[in-house]
Amino acid sequence: MWEYTDKVQEHFLNPRNVGEVEKISGTGDVGSLACGDALKLTITVDDKNVITDAKFKTFGCASAIASSSALTEMVKGMTLDQAEKITNEDIADFLGGLPKEKMHCSVMGREALEAAIADYRGLVLPMAEGEIVCECFGVTDIEVRRAIQESSLRSVEEITNFTKAGGGCGKCEDKLRAILQETVSEVTTTKLKELKPKRMTTLQKIKKIEEVLEREVRPGLRKDGGDIELVDVDGDFVMVTLLGQCKSCAKSQTTIKEYVEKKLRELVLESLIVEDANS
Amino acid sequence: MSSVKNNVVYMDNNATTSVAPEVVEEMMPFLTEFYGNPSSMYSFAGKVGEALKLARKRVADLLGAEPEEITFTSCGTESDSTALLSALQTYPEKRRIVTTRVEHPAVKNLCDSLDTLTGHKHRITRLKVDDQGVLDMAEYEAALTDDTAIVSVMWANNETGVIFPIAKMAKMAKDRGILFHTDAVQAVGKVPINLKELDVDFLSLSGHKLHAPKGVGVLYVKRGTIFTPFLTGGHQERGRRAGTENVASIVGLGKACELAALKMEDENSRVRKLRDKLEAGLLASIPNSLLNGHKTDRLPNTCNISFEYVEGEAILLHMNRYNICASSGSACTSGSLEPSHVLRAMGVPFTAAHGSIRFSLSVYNTEEEVDFVLEKMPAIIESLRQMSPFWKG
Repeated sequence: MWEYTDKVQEHFLNPRNVGEVEKISGTGDVGSLACGDALKLTITVDDKNVITDAKFKTFGCASAIASSSALTEMVKGMTLDQAEKITNEDIADFLGGLPKEKMHCSVMGREALEAAIADYRGLVLPMAEGEIVCECFGVTDIEVRRAIQESSLRSVEEITNFTKAGGGCGKCEDKLRAILQETVSEVTTTKLKELKPKRMTTLQKIKKIEEVLEREVRPGLRKDGGDIELVDVDGDFVMVTLLGQCKSCAKSQTTIKEYVEKKLRELVLESLIVEDANS
Repeated sequence: MSSVKNNVVYMDNNATTSVAPEVVEEMMPFLTEFYGNPSSMYSFAGKVGEALKLARKRVADLLGAEPEEITFTSCGTESDSTALLSALQTYPEKRRIVTTRVEHPAVKNLCDSLDTLTGHKHRITRLKVDDQGVLDMAEYEAALTDDTAIVSVMWANNETGVIFPIAKMAKMAKDRGILFHTDAVQAVGKVPINLKELDVDFLSLSGHKLHAPKGVGVLYVKRGTIFTPFLTGGHQERGRRAGTENVASIVGLGKACELAALKMEDENSRVRKLRDKLEAGLLASIPNSLLNGHKTDRLPNTCNISFEYVEGEAILLHMNRYNICASSGSACTSGSLEPSHVLRAMGVPFTAAHGSIRFSLSVYNTEEEVDFVLEKMPAIIESLRQMSPFWKG
């Protein structure tokens, strides 16, 4: 169970300003991929650039609803310049704090406010540009591309997990797949150029492995009075033996997997599997 | 306005159960007077040993097993780990495990971490489920390859209550010479189990899911199945699980198994009726509500319903105001960023997965409680939907 402050609980159970303002000057429509929540903020701005009214509609957990409620209370009566300075920390502080796992709920509040002000000023936030791919959740291709690149997404399912796109009716799955292929191939072509050659002969592999062991692995092991010997390379399987102090160390398996294998995967070939020749 | 006698309406019995009063009573002497170590030589410790023997017999009787096939552990998770790791040691040349996409984390996350745990590469086949949460037997048959050491499939799913065809699946594994483990934590005590008639090699159960205390579990190992212990040390449990026995809890579990056998009929008739009433009532009174899981191949006590366009944690906290206890597959309740892996495996869309509520009943629930929940839920869902930007109702 989450530990919510009394103020969070109070704003959750009796949320202020639910709905839409009568005279909409600006709308901020944001959805967070983190927690399956979304917030639609509407504001009324008068001719002196003061926010005279603010209302919200939120789909989400208690802290998302409480953050939205708090946000509307905070911005009412503020000038746009003042409102722009509100941070997510301010929203969380207003509520007496949020569990750290729930801070994204306050981030969602700030994003909605930014979006509503931008909407009023006729500015377009970079995320809102682009073409809507998922109609259920209003996710644009730019958001999808950004998520694919930033989080190294590799399947439609992952895109759904991160952006919610495709999580409703599912009709946009083909479009998402196309964007995924496009984005991934762009990324891989750029990466490939700087990458190590993909196919290696066994001899090349052995040489490279020896080189990495000598340069990256042995110095560390020797410091602890140990050493490592390359016994065999068979396809992706790399057989090694730990020597000296490492031989009798209870953590030898961890050393092989977490240290040696990681290094070799990083610097030689990603598909390598390092095993203890003695086991 | 319906009324409930007890303050709390507890409908989260798949999470844990209340300890039955009869169980507490049976345990008390072993927390006070009979504190002896069952391994000791004096006679009052002998009494403790006898109590363990009776408990073992009672557990075996509920499962249709022999007492020597019962090993007491600390929990269901320990039983699961023990079974899988034992099988992998029995067949060191076989590195594949066949399991499902909807297993409890006790099995799911163990499979994820086997490579680092054992230092060997493993292959995990995770069987798909359809939108009702049901497995495809053709896919299962194809998955039973020569390099498979063990199959691990839960008897009933903790989130949806969907029951898998364990008898058939165990037979198919045995015909291919593959060991079979089932995590029956949710099934034991709720559906009849007779292991004598089944080709199940390992079965896990957990005390606190059937009105015994937390901290005690069982691993059933079929006679003749090769076994390697997980915990080694003393000779307790005939060398199968070292560590001084959790005597009072084991005694409690024995009593709970005896009670479960007596109440099985009630569970499958009265509790099922209560569940069906709750389910039909919620689906009828709340629009855009969907049942998750197969309608009939399901535990008699479990009901998982998605309320579209609202979020589970918010629903639970509103229910909490009326002291109604249930759980949700929403991301926000767990602290993870994704909703339930079970509902996602079933293809339940996000609009519905986040608003899923699991009600799991027990023999202690009453019709008044069901009526109370039916009275409160529609307004809770409606108030949250009025706040939801996705609700166009």
